[in-house]
Amino acid sequence: MNRLLKSRELWLALAILAVIVLVTLRFPRFSQPGNLLTIFNDTSILMMLALGQMAVILTRSIDLSMASNLALTGMLVAMTNAAFPFIPIPLLIAGCVVVGAALGAFNGILVWKLDIPPIVVTLGTLTIFRGLVFVVSGGAWVNAAQMSTDFIQLQRGTLLGLPILSWFAIVVAALVYVLMTRTPWGRAFYAIGVNPTASVYTGINVGRTKFLAFVLSGAISGLCGYLWISRYVIASVEVAGGYELTIVAACVIGGVSIAGGIGTVGGALLGALFLGVVNNALPVIGVSPFWQMAISGAAILLAVVLNARGERSKGRIILKKAEVAA
Amino acid sequence: MTDATANGRRLPDRLDSPFKSAVLSWESLLVLVALGIFIANSFASPYFLNEWSLSDLTFNFTEKGLIALAMALVIISGEIDLSVASIIALASTLMGLALQYGADTPTLVAVGVGVGILCGAFNGFLVTGLKLPSIVVTIGTMSLFRGIAFIILGDQSFKGYPASFAWFGQGYVFWVISFELVLFLVAAVIFYVLLHRTNFGRRVFAIGNNATAARFSGVRVDRIKFVLFCLTGLMSGLAAILLTARLGSTRPSIAEGFELDVVTMVVLGGVSILGGAGSIIGVVLAALIIGLVTFGLGLLNVPGIVMTIFTGSLLIVVIALPILFRMIRERRA
Repeated sequence: MNRLLKSRELWLALAILAVIVLVTLRFPRFSQPGNLLTIFNDTSILMMLALGQMAVILTRSIDLSMASNLALTGMLVAMTNAAFPFIPIPLLIAGCVVVGAALGAFNGILVWKLDIPPIVVTLGTLTIFRGLVFVVSGGAWVNAAQMSTDFIQLQRGTLLGLPILSWFAIVVAALVYVLMTRTPWGRAFYAIGVNPTASVYTGINVGRTKFLAFVLSGAISGLCGYLWISRYVIASVEVAGGYELTIVAACVIGGVSIAGGIGTVGGALLGALFLGVVNNALPVIGVSPFWQMAISGAAILLAVVLNARGERSKGRIILKKAEVAA
Repeated sequence: MTDATANGRRLPDRLDSPFKSAVLSWESLLVLVALGIFIANSFASPYFLNEWSLSDLTFNFTEKGLIALAMALVIISGEIDLSVASIIALASTLMGLALQYGADTPTLVAVGVGVGILCGAFNGFLVTGLKLPSIVVTIGTMSLFRGIAFIILGDQSFKGYPASFAWFGQGYVFWVISFELVLFLVAAVIFYVLLHRTNFGRRVFAIGNNATAARFSGVRVDRIKFVLFCLTGLMSGLAAILLTARLGSTRPSIAEGFELDVVTMVVLGGVSILGGAGSIIGVVLAALIIGLVTFGLGLLNVPGIVMTIFTGSLLIVVIALPILFRMIRERRA
């Protein structure tokens, strides 16, 4: 099983390489280190969000409210910065994480204490959070002129040749990796995804573990709220509209099983990177950006078809025989 | 709702009387909610109680409601289809394309319906033929279908639909009764009969409750699921015709976000998102409630984005309340 997972990531990495090589054959400048780093930086936010989503999907749940959470915390932090420019940025970022985690905890409480299916809860909060962006902002935008220089410039600084935004992604990925592979929490995420009933018997609190997964995805959404706003220097109601499904798509392409219990940090990162590389390559090879959506759709379908090969359970096989006999 | 805790509940000595269970049913709760919102609307705005206002109100839910009827069956069978809004976009775009080649109204309708069924069949094939989870498949086709619409149209739009076509979205059959409303009601009756009065409907419930057991009892699970996806595609195609005719133009971004509204309607209508339970009457009532809420708030000049707070909260509260009551009751017992 482990080898299978590893090879899946290997294939994905090869697919990304193939795209890069193909584009490079016609446009040699595409694979210059500078451009590749730009692609990595462009994809940083999606990578972080995909990791948060992965934690939730592992527990057989789904968080459709991440993009709305991002938009709401982003708007709040932009308005705070516009009104009180003297507040230090690290404090604002901490605030974003806390607000995002609180919104995620709201999802988590409903899933944990009321046992409402996660897709219903987050479908509801998807619209509620997005609506709240309008309520807190009154529909107005916060633009670059209203934001402080530090607020905009922080993630654009470089450290060891990499933009700070990329460092955010690297640090978050490292933290989530440690969480998933080196802590009881991480084991619990996988355990309840594979078999919730058995998890209860081993002493795992299934509801609370799901709650923690939602808090994690919320906290990451909140962090990305600040990063998104300061990157695109505009906070509006439409920020990241429809992005929730792109995040799920990155996970699916990365081999995270929607049925729970299967998925790795590396896979989710590569899934996000794949979308990032494709989106970056299209304009370079002169394909209209209008092709982007159809291509990512096709990529998702291809990915599930390939992933499904490895996930098929024994129960299905018994059923297959019955079908043949019938 | 069927969930894990249902297994642990003790069996009652006798069932509630039919009258009591009818009064306590989800549908009667929805009727009360609808009445409450209707009355609140009448007090809140002087423009509400007027036959033309009420007629306009129906346009708020007919197109989504049509899809919700078929979506209810898909969700009862334990699957989901998130690509419906993108099917609308693709069907509408191809109708517009056909129009550029001089298609007349019957051809346009055929294109809309045909594209809908084909898209549904594609979903159905991926889910039943290749045994893929429907939520992932339809997230993929959601991008794919709308993506094709974007490839064809880019930032352009198709306009100039003939008047006979526009009638589907703007015409009235009788007095203030629009064609859209008539079509929705007829479809609701058909789906009611299909789900609650035919073998096919019973099989849909059986699949939703236990697909493996259904398969071993001789139900052709895959074939039925395939048909359900085709039906959802068909209804999305019909909705595309109505919406395109009503708006009079096609853009690739048409009907964006409809899929979540449709799922909200279905879940609000008492259909278990886990499959196996639900009724068409509930879905029709939920469609009406969403129409009442959005139209009433619109009359009060509440912006559309704020309305989504109400529909989102409605979804969570209506699902949470019965669960809360049950928990309180069980704690007392």
